Amino acid sequence: MNNSTLLILITFLPLLGMLGILALPKNSVSVIRMVGLAVTVIQLVISAVLWSSFNPALGGINDPNSFQFVTKTVWLDLPATMLGNIHIDFFLGVDGLSMPMILLTALVMLVATASSWSISKNVKGYFALLLLLNTGVMGTFVSLDFFLFYVFWELMLLPMYFLIGIWGGPRREYAAIKFFLYTLAGSVFMLLAIIGLYYSSNVTPGAVTPTHTFDMLALMNPLNYTPGGLLSPLAAGGGLGLRFWAFLALFVGFAIKVPMFPFHTWLPDAHVEAPTAISVILAGVLLKLGTYGMMRICFSIFPDVAMTPAIMESIAIFGFIGIVYGALCAMAQKDMKKLIAYSSVSHMGYVLLGLASMNAIGFSGAVFQMFNHGTITAMLFLLVGVVYDRVHDRTIAKFGGLANIMPGYFFIVMIAFFAALGLPGLSGWWSESFVFIGAFRNGTIRIWTILSLAGVVLGAAYMLWLLQRAFLGTLKTREWENHLPDLTKREWAMLVPLVLIVVGLGVWPHPVLNMMNGSVNALVVFLQNHAVNTSTALNVLH
Amino acid sequence: MDIRLTLSLVILVLPLFGFAVQLILGKMKTPADYVVDPHENPAHDHGHHANTADAHTADHTQPAADAPHDAIGTVTHDIHTAHSDHHYDFVVTKQRGEWTPADQKRAYSLSWISTAIMGICLALALFVAYKTISDPGDATKPNYYPKVQASTTWMDFKDLSTSSIKQSYTVTLGILADNMAAIMLVVVTLISFLVHLFSSEYMREPSMHGGRFNRFYAFLGLFTFSMLGIVIANNLLMIYIFWELVGLSSYLLIGFWYERPAPQYANKKAFIVNRVGDIGMFTGIMILYTQLGTLELTKVFDMLAAGHIPFGSNPWLTAAGILLFCGAIGKSAQFPLNVWLPDAMEGPTPVSALIHAATMVAAGVYLTARIFPLLTGDAMLFVAAIGAATAIIAASIALVQTDLKKVLAFSTVSQLGYMVLALGVGAFSAGIFHLVTHAMFKACLFLGSGSVIHQMHHSLHHLHDHDRDPQDMRNMGGLRKKMPVTYLTMLIATLAISGIPLFSGYMSKDEILAGAWAFRNISPTFIANAVWIIGYTVAGMTAFYMFRMIFLTFWGEPKASDIYEHIHENPRVMVAPLIVLAILSLWIPFGANPLNPGGGWFLSTWVKTPINVTPAAVQPFAGMAHEVPHEAAPEAKPEGGKAEAMAPFQETIEHEVHHLHSTGIPGVASLPALLSLLVAGSGILLAFLLFGRAGAKGQQVSWEAPRGIRAFLFNRWYQDNLYEKIFPVGLTLLLMKMLAWFDQNVIDGIVNGVGSSTVLLARVTAGFDTYVVDGLVNLLGGTAQFLGLVMRQIQTGRIQTYVVYVILGVVVLFFAFR
Repeated sequence: MNNSTLLILITFLPLLGMLGILALPKNSVSVIRMVGLAVTVIQLVISAVLWSSFNPALGGINDPNSFQFVTKTVWLDLPATMLGNIHIDFFLGVDGLSMPMILLTALVMLVATASSWSISKNVKGYFALLLLLNTGVMGTFVSLDFFLFYVFWELMLLPMYFLIGIWGGPRREYAAIKFFLYTLAGSVFMLLAIIGLYYSSNVTPGAVTPTHTFDMLALMNPLNYTPGGLLSPLAAGGGLGLRFWAFLALFVGFAIKVPMFPFHTWLPDAHVEAPTAISVILAGVLLKLGTYGMMRICFSIFPDVAMTPAIMESIAIFGFIGIVYGALCAMAQKDMKKLIAYSSVSHMGYVLLGLASMNAIGFSGAVFQMFNHGTITAMLFLLVGVVYDRVHDRTIAKFGGLANIMPGYFFIVMIAFFAALGLPGLSGWWSESFVFIGAFRNGTIRIWTILSLAGVVLGAAYMLWLLQRAFLGTLKTREWENHLPDLTKREWAMLVPLVLIVVGLGVWPHPVLNMMNGSVNALVVFLQNHAVNTSTALNVLH
Repeated sequence: MDIRLTLSLVILVLPLFGFAVQLILGKMKTPADYVVDPHENPAHDHGHHANTADAHTADHTQPAADAPHDAIGTVTHDIHTAHSDHHYDFVVTKQRGEWTPADQKRAYSLSWISTAIMGICLALALFVAYKTISDPGDATKPNYYPKVQASTTWMDFKDLSTSSIKQSYTVTLGILADNMAAIMLVVVTLISFLVHLFSSEYMREPSMHGGRFNRFYAFLGLFTFSMLGIVIANNLLMIYIFWELVGLSSYLLIGFWYERPAPQYANKKAFIVNRVGDIGMFTGIMILYTQLGTLELTKVFDMLAAGHIPFGSNPWLTAAGILLFCGAIGKSAQFPLNVWLPDAMEGPTPVSALIHAATMVAAGVYLTARIFPLLTGDAMLFVAAIGAATAIIAASIALVQTDLKKVLAFSTVSQLGYMVLALGVGAFSAGIFHLVTHAMFKACLFLGSGSVIHQMHHSLHHLHDHDRDPQDMRNMGGLRKKMPVTYLTMLIATLAISGIPLFSGYMSKDEILAGAWAFRNISPTFIANAVWIIGYTVAGMTAFYMFRMIFLTFWGEPKASDIYEHIHENPRVMVAPLIVLAILSLWIPFGANPLNPGGGWFLSTWVKTPINVTPAAVQPFAGMAHEVPHEAAPEAKPEGGKAEAMAPFQETIEHEVHHLHSTGIPGVASLPALLSLLVAGSGILLAFLLFGRAGAKGQQVSWEAPRGIRAFLFNRWYQDNLYEKIFPVGLTLLLMKMLAWFDQNVIDGIVNGVGSSTVLLARVTAGFDTYVVDGLVNLLGGTAQFLGLVMRQIQTGRIQTYVVYVILGVVVLFFAFR
C-alpha cells in the first residue's frame, strides 16, 4: 500500500467505521466503542507511517510537485456547460503545514475517543457522529481542491451540531445552534469567495470556453486567471479592489473558526455545554482549521492583499486583542471549563500574531503553537473533565485542596498548567517565543508584539490563580471528600501520552519545527515574491 | 570536550537525577498530626497551628502589608473567610493514607541520596574551580571570552525571507567555564549541600514536612539543577530557560505548605512579579536575536564590538541592556519589583537561605555581570540608580521589622541592591565579590535564624502555645546562653555583613564603596553623587539593623521566660553548616591581608572586569575621559580593531579606585575604608545604645505599635498597598470584570441580538406569509371553495334535476342563437 493510499485511508477510514457502527445493533456498546477506538488507533499508526516517510525538505504550498502523498483524480467534469467547463478534482496532498496537523488530529481524536468511554446515552449515535467528524477534520487538512475543502469543512458542522446538541450540558441546544449558525455564517462568506475565485480563474488561457478551477494551487498562480477578471491579481493598476473584499470574506470565514475577537463568543458556550471529548476535539483540532485555512488559502491565494502593511497590522492587532482580552476574560470566569475556553482565545491570539509576522520564524511559531495548543488544551479539558465526571460541578470556588486529595491528578495538572502558561522546558514556550521573535522582527507590528508580551504575565496570573483556588488550600465542599478518587487507569492512559509529548517537545522541539520548516519558508518566499508592491513589503519587514 | 565542561555537565545533571529519585521513590501521605487551619496567621514558619480567632487582630503591630495583598489573593481570601467553621476547612486526608513511622524512616533515608549527590557536586565543583582558576586563559582573545566553552546546535532552521539578516537561524545550547562561573558553581553547590544537611533535621518532623519530605528534597534538587544551569550557560536563551525554571522551583518551595493561604499568595506573587521582569528580559533577547541572529554571549559581544549595533542605533543598544537588566530587577528583587521577596519568606527557612538569600536572587546580579560588556554608559547609570534605590528602601524597612526572618529578608534586598549598584558604577569585581561573600554570611544568618525558629517552635509546641509567633523577636532575648553556637556563628555573619575588618563583608563592601566613590569622582553627576552617599548611608543602616537583631534575639533578658526555658542548642547536623558558613565569612578565604581587599586573590586574580563592547560614543564616561587626571590608558589606541576599539573606562575606574585606596592612613586603611568603618561603627554603637546595653529602652520600644515614620517603614513605604491598589485591583481586576461584562453583554449581546432579530424577522415574515401571502392563496382557495359550495348545490345527483337543467339550457340556447 503506497503512501497516497494511506492518506486516503486515514481520511476515509472513520467513514467506514461509521458505516460499520451503524450496521451494529444499538446495544452492543462495547463493540461500538472498540470500533471507534480501533479506527483512531489505526489512524494514529497511519499518521506515524506517513510522518516517517515525509520529506520535510519539500516545500509544498503552491508547487504541486513538492506536495507529498498526492492523489489527484477527476471528481466531476462537465465540459461546455452554461457555466463553462466545470471541473472539480479529488485532490489530496500533504506538505509541511498539514503534516503536523494530521499528526495532531490523529492524536487528539484517539484521546477524545478514549475519553468518550463515560458517554452512556445513545452510544451508537455518538460514536457514529464522532467518526464522521473525524473524516471531516482530516479531509479538510488534506484537501487541496477548494471545492473538496469546502465539502469537508461543511461535513464537520453536522456531527458537531448533534454532538453538542444531544450529548451536551443543560444549555446544549442554545450552544449547538450558536455554534452551527456562527460557523455557517463563516461558510457563507467563504462560499462567496470560492465562487468569485472560480469564475475569475481560467486554466486554459486563450480557449473559447474558459476552464474554471477549484484547484487551490492553480488559484495561487496569477497566470491562471482571466486577465482583468473579477478577482484576477493581474487587474489593472495594481489596485486591490475586489480582491481585498474576497480576502476579507475568506479571512472572516476562517477567523470565526479560530475564533478571533470579536467572533469568539460561540466558543465558551460550546465548550461549557459540550461533553469533555467534544471540547477536546473542538479546542484541540477544530480551532486550528481557522488558522490553517488562513495560511493555506487566505495568504496563499491573496499574497498581494496579505502583504499590505495595513492587513499585517490588523491581524497583529486582533492577535494582541485576543491574547490580552482572552486572558482577562479567562481570569474573570467562575466555571473552570469556561476559563480554559477563554484561555484558548488567548492562545490562539499568539497564532494570529505569528501569522502577522510574515516571516519564517513567526510562521513556524504559529504552526507550532497550533500543534502545542492542541495537545496542551486537550490536556486541560481532559483534566477538567476528570473532576466533572466525579462531582458533576465545575465551579472553581467549590473546589480547593485537590493537590492533597488527588496527588496523581495534581501532578498532571501542574505540568499542564505550567505548559499553558509557557514555562520553558515544556512545548508551549518554544512556540510562544518563536511567535514573539518572528513578530518582533516585522517592524510594522513590532509595537503590538511588545504589547502582546503582557499575555505572558496575564497567562501566568489566570493559570496560577486557578491553581491556587482549585488545587491548593483545602476543599471547600466537604461533601465531595469521598467522591474524588485519584486518576483511573484509563485517565492515566489518556493523559500520559500528552504529558510525554508536551515535555518531549519542550526539551527537543526539533521534530515538529523541522517538519514544517520547508513549507514555512516556501510560503514566506512565495508571499514575498507575489506581493504586488514588493518593495513596500520589504521596507515593512525590516 | 574539556574536562571542566564535562564535569560541569555532570554537576548540572546530578541534582536533576536527585530530583527524579525523590519524586519517583518518595511517598506522599499525610501524617496524623498534620492539620492545617487555613485561617492561620500567615507569618508562621511551622506546620501545625490553630490560632484563636483574635490572635490575628490582637497583634497591633502586625503590619497591614503582611496580609496577603494582591487583589487576586484578596478575592480568594474572601472565599476563604466566608467559611466560619474551622473544622470545615481542615485538609481532607483520607485518600492519601496514614504517614507511619516506617514511612518516615524510609523518607529520611531516601533524602540522604540527594544530600550525598550534592556532596559529590560540591567536590566536583571545587575541582572544576581549581582547574579553571589556575588556567591563565587565552590572552589573545578579549577578556569576556570564557576559559573554555562548547555549544551544540539545538535547532537549526532556515528563514529564507528576503528581509532576513541571516538566512540560517540557530538555537544553540552551550556551557562555559570561566572564573565567575566556577566560583558560582562552588557557591551554589556548597550552600545547596549545607541546606540539604540542615533540612534533614529542620524538616524532619512530620508536622513540618506534611508527608512531603521527599518532595521537599525533590524541589531542592530541581532548584539546584536550574540554578546551575544559569551559572554555566553560555548564551542568553539558555539563561532564560533556566531563569524560568528557578522561578518554578521557587514557586514550588515558597508554596511548600500550600494548604495555608499565605504561602499560596506569596508563591503566586513571586512568580507573577518575576514574569513582569522577564517580559523586559525577553524583549532584550528579541532585540539581540533578531538583529544579531545569535544569543551566544561571546558572539553577541564580538558582533557588537565589530560595530553591529541593533537597528544601527545606540539608543536601541542602551535599551537592550536595560531590558535585559529588567530580568535582574525581577529576580534580584530590585526596585520597583522588590515586593515579592519578603513575602517569599513564607517558604521553609532552609529554602529562604538557599534560594531567597544566597543563590537565586543573586542570579539577577550574575545575569547583569554576564551582559556587562554590552551595557552602555546610560544603561550602567540606570543600573546604579536602581541598585542604590533598592539598597536604601530595603535597608530603611529593615530598621523596624520585628520578625526575625523579615529583617533578614529586607537585608537581602538591600544587599542585592549593593551588588547591582556595584555593577552599575563599574566596580564589577567588587559586585561579584559581594555576591559571594553575601551568599556565605546571609546563608549563615538565615540558617541561624532557622536554628532559632526551630527551637522557638519546639518550645511553643511543648507549651501548647499556638498564639505566639516563633519568629517574632519580641518573644526572644537572651538566647545566646542557650544557643551559643548559633549565637556565635550569627554574630560572625553579622560582623561580616556590617563590614567590620577581619570579616569577608568588609572586603567586598569596602570595594563597592570605593568604586562608588571613584565613579563619583570621575563623573560627578547628581546620580553618581546620590549613589555614593546612599552607599555609605546604607552601610551604617545595615550595621544598625543587624546588630539590633542580634541584641534583640540573643542579648538582654529573655522576654518570654517560659519559652526560653525549653530552648536548647540544635543537634550537630544543624549546627555544622552554621560553623562552615561562619568560617567562610572570615577574611581568609578571600585574601591574605584582611585590610587590603584589592590585594586579595579574589579581586586581584579571580574575577576581572570584562571590557566594554559598546561604541565609544556611548561607553561609560564617554566624553569625560579627558577630564580625568589619572588617565591610565594609552591615548593612541587605533579605532577599528577588536580590543583596541574599547574605550578605556575599566582602566579609568580601576585607576581611580587605586588612587582612592592610596589616600588615608598609609598601609593601614584607605579613605573609603575609614569612612565605611566610621559609619558602620556608628550604626553598631547606636544599636547598642538603643537595644544592646542593659536596660536599654529599645528592648521595650519595639513592643509599641508603629506610628508615623515607623509605620511608614514598617509597612514597606506602603509600596505593596499602592501596587495592590493599582495593578491587581485597579487595573487587572477592574479590566477583567469590565471585559467579561463587555464580552457577555455587548459582544455576545450583539450575537444574540442578531439571533433574536433574525427570529423576530422570521416571525414577521412568517406573519406576512401566513396572513398576506398565504392569505391571498387562501383567498383564492376560499373563493374557489365558495364557488364550489355554491356550485355543489347544483350537483344534486338527482336525474330529474339534471333533466330540468338540460331543458332550461336548451331553452336558453334556443333564445341565444335564434
